[in-house]
Amino acid sequence: MQNIAIQMEKITKSFGALKANEDVDLTVRKGEVHALLGENGAGKSTLMNMLSGIYIPDSGSIFVEDQKVTFTSPRDSIGLGIGMIHQHFKLVDILTAKENVVMGQKAKKGSRDKDLSKEIRDLSDMYGLDIDPDKKVYRMSVGEKQTLEIIKVLYRGAHILILDEPTAVLTPQEIEKLFRIIRNMRDRGCAVVIITHKLNEVMEISDRVTVLRKGRAVATVDTADVNVGTLIEMMVGKKVDLAIKKEKGQEAGELLTMDGVEVRDKDGKNALENISFELKGGEILGVAGVAKSGQKELCECIAGLVKTSKGRIFFQGENIVGKTPGDIINLGIRMGFIPEDRLGMGLVGSMDIVHNIVLKDYKGQPGIFLKRGPCARKAEKIVKALDIMTPDIYTPVKKLSGGNIQKVLLGREIDSDPKVLITAYPVRGLDIGASYKIYDLLNEQKQKGVGVLFIGEDLDVLMSLCDRIMVLCQGEITGIVDPDQVTKEDIGLLMTGGPLEEEVEHDKNN
Amino acid sequence: MIKITKKAALPKKQEAVIQVIAIILSLACAGIVILAMGYDPLEAYYRIVEGSVGSTMRIEQTITKAIPLIIVSMGILVAFKMKFWNIGGEGQIMMGAFGAALVALNFPDTLPAPIMILCMMAASILCGAIWAFIPAFFKARFGTNETIFTLMLNYIAIKFVTYLQFGPWKDPNSGGFPKIETFSQNAQLPDFLGTHSGWIVAILSVAFLYVYINYTKKGYEISVVGESLETARYAGMNIKAIIISAMLVSGGLCGLAGMIQISAVERTLTYSISAGYGFTAIITAWLGRLSPPIVMIVCILFAMLLQGGAYIQVAMSIPSSVADMIQGVILFFVLGSEFFMQYKISFMKRPGSKKEVA
Repeated sequence: MQNIAIQMEKITKSFGALKANEDVDLTVRKGEVHALLGENGAGKSTLMNMLSGIYIPDSGSIFVEDQKVTFTSPRDSIGLGIGMIHQHFKLVDILTAKENVVMGQKAKKGSRDKDLSKEIRDLSDMYGLDIDPDKKVYRMSVGEKQTLEIIKVLYRGAHILILDEPTAVLTPQEIEKLFRIIRNMRDRGCAVVIITHKLNEVMEISDRVTVLRKGRAVATVDTADVNVGTLIEMMVGKKVDLAIKKEKGQEAGELLTMDGVEVRDKDGKNALENISFELKGGEILGVAGVAKSGQKELCECIAGLVKTSKGRIFFQGENIVGKTPGDIINLGIRMGFIPEDRLGMGLVGSMDIVHNIVLKDYKGQPGIFLKRGPCARKAEKIVKALDIMTPDIYTPVKKLSGGNIQKVLLGREIDSDPKVLITAYPVRGLDIGASYKIYDLLNEQKQKGVGVLFIGEDLDVLMSLCDRIMVLCQGEITGIVDPDQVTKEDIGLLMTGGPLEEEVEHDKNN
Repeated sequence: MIKITKKAALPKKQEAVIQVIAIILSLACAGIVILAMGYDPLEAYYRIVEGSVGSTMRIEQTITKAIPLIIVSMGILVAFKMKFWNIGGEGQIMMGAFGAALVALNFPDTLPAPIMILCMMAASILCGAIWAFIPAFFKARFGTNETIFTLMLNYIAIKFVTYLQFGPWKDPNSGGFPKIETFSQNAQLPDFLGTHSGWIVAILSVAFLYVYINYTKKGYEISVVGESLETARYAGMNIKAIIISAMLVSGGLCGLAGMIQISAVERTLTYSISAGYGFTAIITAWLGRLSPPIVMIVCILFAMLLQGGAYIQVAMSIPSSVADMIQGVILFFVLGSEFFMQYKISFMKRPGSKKEVA
């Protein structure tokens, strides 16, 4: 039993009626990378949050190195050497790396600034991390910030590390680097738990994997004994056909043309710069890029939600720059938009399906009264066609599951018979089955001659779904490629490539 | 250790049960205070009911109090539906009353009563709407905080009418008493079926609002803006116009209540005309969960409380502020009960904790 780092037994945790975890057992050994795999909502993060003292289990026990423990706050868990690195970094932008490291720590007696820098360097060397202790956080890349988060927990004496979806915001190159660090830590005897829903990563990095489904642990297996197919089966509970179809759509002319578009953010910096491309009918144009590379602004400037400061946007030859969403609807421009934040922007959570269908419909109705009849029929039709699981069409959409919410939104937008469909992360948060349903629906639209703009985050999906992929980096297009002609690494380079060189030049000029 | 966890959504029935329990508890709590003051709480409650509905005259009195409260509550409800926190009901009532008085005092007595009344109503709606337009415009244009803005406008309106009453509009024939001339007969709202005909206006306002919120495009837009500004923008709604138009309705209704008060009750303009209705309406609109028919019922119950509170002062010599206190306690408990609808509280031992004493 010497080499057991953590043992969780029969852990149960519920939020209201929802059982987030039920009788979950998990054993993590020292010197292993343990992957926690499961779909969104399977209870991975909840389980780890209990291990890091953020939540308290309703029942069950936790052992750390054979000691039964009860955490009442994250402090207890840190004290026992457990460190969690969250998906969203918890760093103070205007402070330096080392200031972030010592923040919230009781000062060690007589500790000097120099000692601290040395301590951090020692830690970095030990695990092969690469960080400048005096660099300010706001100057760091996402990868550097993550490295800093890791150092932060190591400095606090952690030898059991939990990483919550660490690769979501990284480029393929940064992921490689992270995996090297993780292997280093493993070799030094740390226990590393990595939460993920990306199968390829599980296969690449982990020694053992525990699969969660609907709050329960399905199985724990040695990674070497399984393949991607079996893992999916464990995750979903049934066999899933993994192939995304890609058929040639019927060629149509250019539908949407962007010409030198520039968008400024609140601080007056360019969020988009010199964006020029065209979207043709019958194609799915993918957009790849690290998070916050201008994807949101791109969608919103086409939909008329943010102002452009330069450039022109043509919709079938008509310049729609400066038009508000209202103008666009009134002009009869058929454009569908699935925003990133579905309940915050595309839908009204507390309203039922009918009233959410009304949203795009009511403007065209004559008179001052709202006509719900046609929308109710439309809602019935959409629920049926897209197989939306809901008690009835008068259920508030926020009570539906993520996949069904997305289907309501997509169903409404498709129902308006769009020429151009803009979709921002349409499968984010959806389970595998729902994701494939969405891909099918997008392919169907493509077959009908619709031009689809697909903002994605999973490069594998982008490459197998899209006809062309446009890569954004810091608000600029660094390339538009044919996914059949390039590798994932090529795209990864484009995701960081151009601007990195620019930054070096910039530094030289200073 | 106390643990607070989120509950699953409750069925409507259970929510109603919790709210009824909250009201019963609040009455019990207020009863303790009454008991501490040396009175019998059960008798006090009985007298409140007796004082508000015990005789035809008392029922009429209660209705007279319910009328302005209902109309103002409808006005507040429109704004709240949009999550525009209109705390300016008082000022809008006041300015509405001012507008009506302007018409009543400046038109000849010969004007036929129906025309006079309609003109006064129009003027009151206009003035109340203007008073609500100011904060709405600044909110829509510059994103100012409407809570502070509408609150401040109350004081300006009240001081403005006070100035009129003590200054330029003072009745020269009042013998130095600061009072505005009583309106002529044609500017007084006639009685209909026992009480002044304002109740018809109140019922019409509830019906209007019910249809407006639930069945019109404008009402739909207001609900969407209240739920999510981003979604409203996404759907191509003109948010600025929606904020302003909803506030015009809100202020207009409050103004109309002001007209009814001066025309039917006071028969002249005074600086105390708003009588706290603008604030009480916030409570009633909220307790009625922003649904016009329910808000109307809550308003009638509150009017009973007001009327009954005045009665126990005479009948039992309990200060009428006891009624205010009961209002406050009810609100406190009902708002508090929302917490229990959303969260579950459980007590758990801290296993292994050495600090445990008992």
